[in-house]
Amino acid sequence: MSLTALALGKKIKAKEVSVKEAVTEALEAIEKKEERVHSFITVDREGALRRAEEVQKQIDDKTLTGPLAGVPAAVKDNLCTKGLLTTCASDILCNFVPNYSAQAVLNLERAGAVVIGKTNMDEFAMGSTTETSAFGPTKNPWNLSHVPGGSSGGSCAAVAAEECSFALGSDTGGSIRQPSAFCGVVGIKPTYGTVSRYGLIAYGSSLDQIGPIAKDVADCAAVLEIISSHDEKDSTSLARKDLDFTEALKEDVKGLKIGIPRDYFGEGLDPFVREAVLQAAEVLKEKGAVVEEFDLSLVEYAIPAYYVIACAEASSNLARFDGVKYGYRAKDYEGLHQMYKKSRSEGFGPEVKRRIMLGSFVLSSGYYDAYYLKALKTKALIKKAFDAAFAKYDVILGPAAPTTAPLLGESLSDPLKMYLGDIYTVSANLAGLPGISIPCGSDEKGLPIGLQLTGDCFKEKNIIRAAYAFEQTGNYARSPLGRE
Amino acid sequence: MMHIISDETIDYVGILAKLELSKEEKARAKKDMGEMLDYIDRLNELDTTNIEPMTHIFPVENVFREDISSEKDGSRETLANAPESKDGGFLVPKTIV
Repeated sequence: MSLTALALGKKIKAKEVSVKEAVTEALEAIEKKEERVHSFITVDREGALRRAEEVQKQIDDKTLTGPLAGVPAAVKDNLCTKGLLTTCASDILCNFVPNYSAQAVLNLERAGAVVIGKTNMDEFAMGSTTETSAFGPTKNPWNLSHVPGGSSGGSCAAVAAEECSFALGSDTGGSIRQPSAFCGVVGIKPTYGTVSRYGLIAYGSSLDQIGPIAKDVADCAAVLEIISSHDEKDSTSLARKDLDFTEALKEDVKGLKIGIPRDYFGEGLDPFVREAVLQAAEVLKEKGAVVEEFDLSLVEYAIPAYYVIACAEASSNLARFDGVKYGYRAKDYEGLHQMYKKSRSEGFGPEVKRRIMLGSFVLSSGYYDAYYLKALKTKALIKKAFDAAFAKYDVILGPAAPTTAPLLGESLSDPLKMYLGDIYTVSANLAGLPGISIPCGSDEKGLPIGLQLTGDCFKEKNIIRAAYAFEQTGNYARSPLGRE
Repeated sequence: MMHIISDETIDYVGILAKLELSKEEKARAKKDMGEMLDYIDRLNELDTTNIEPMTHIFPVENVFREDISSEKDGSRETLANAPESKDGGFLVPKTIV
């Protein structure tokens, strides 16, 4: 699995590699590494091999001609997959087998990608380390005593450990970009509404977006092109005509205006991260981009606004888990209400309960205006600040996270501190903006650092172009587990 | 302002959230929620007079489609996920005594 997804797709097309060989290689890598990295919750060995045969036939008879036909992919476990266990890394969905697939997964399958399994994540995507999973944490392929980040930690670790060619993740407050940074891979959160959320188990519906995670920018652009679609089944899905993201894979940033928010480089930023990110800005400048610093403002208000909105939406979205239609039901109860309460209390983990409680509180009568409406007004102000920034710049450049991956077990005891780690990513979700994280160096321990490029709504091509140009100046660094 | 979350508040939120917390969980929830609200209070530093609350970024409204069923009857597969079912329906504890 050392090849990029596009390179493997090319070999499959040229009949140098069969789909079965590609899928078997991924399954063997999983067998060899999974015990140490734990990227997956479910591996669908039989289904993947069966699908490999079908896809091979369709490639042979030329019904499948796309660039990712036959390529093994992993899917985050909050995306429904028909007939395949989908748990959201929660005990409350420990036995849920959907009878439909998410639109993004259908789009992948239609393009001939072979889903080999479902990846680990923070429970209901609530967390930044993949440690809140009911199935145990995923480890970072660069150093197994560190977290992979989260919440799409399993997807990012699976790519970095070379257990699959690429993966899908979801990003509500940084859940693709931050673990991509921690695992040294590339991840894109597209503009809100670009990828259908149909079949994505909702966390914060106004913030959630599905996106690709891969070894390089070209793979991500190709996957994003495939999964993006206008979908009647998601009322927030947009009818976009500019989904040809791979058109932006050009090593040309001449005249591209890049702004660096001064407010991103204050207290709490690891010196190694600061150095690597500013060095990346220098590289883009040398390649012809116009780089300057500016004041974005309101940065410190993004996290409190985000947690109010995300938790409020979560408390409503997670009301559906009641032990009636699917998932876990408590064994002993008296009457309907106690059945609801016990099923939920036993089925949800502590972080999920914490967020449901906070969300219920900020939506409750007497607090709604002070907290929920205030957060929505703050969101409007943050959007305005970005509008002003994008009137001047094509791309905003900064770190994806203030530090590199923390040690396992370091984060969960102080939730507020963990939430503060989302400082550079949450505002893109609040403002609906596309963002990409790409590797730009490593710290003194050899842990990867992520460069984040954020674009205006619908301007994925600007960030893809800048990321691609930057990527051409270095080689993809393979993680120690990936190299095995 | 420091937020002190009372037992009554936590119990009330527990009713809204349909969660039954143990004694330890309650103590932790009180502390965590108080700390989060202290932190969230910094939003009050912002003047938001005359700012319209923004729910969605794009003003996509009233997305309608014809009310035509596009799916096959999937009731059997759907019920297969139910913890308990009977006669083609979800089985729940008695609701009217």
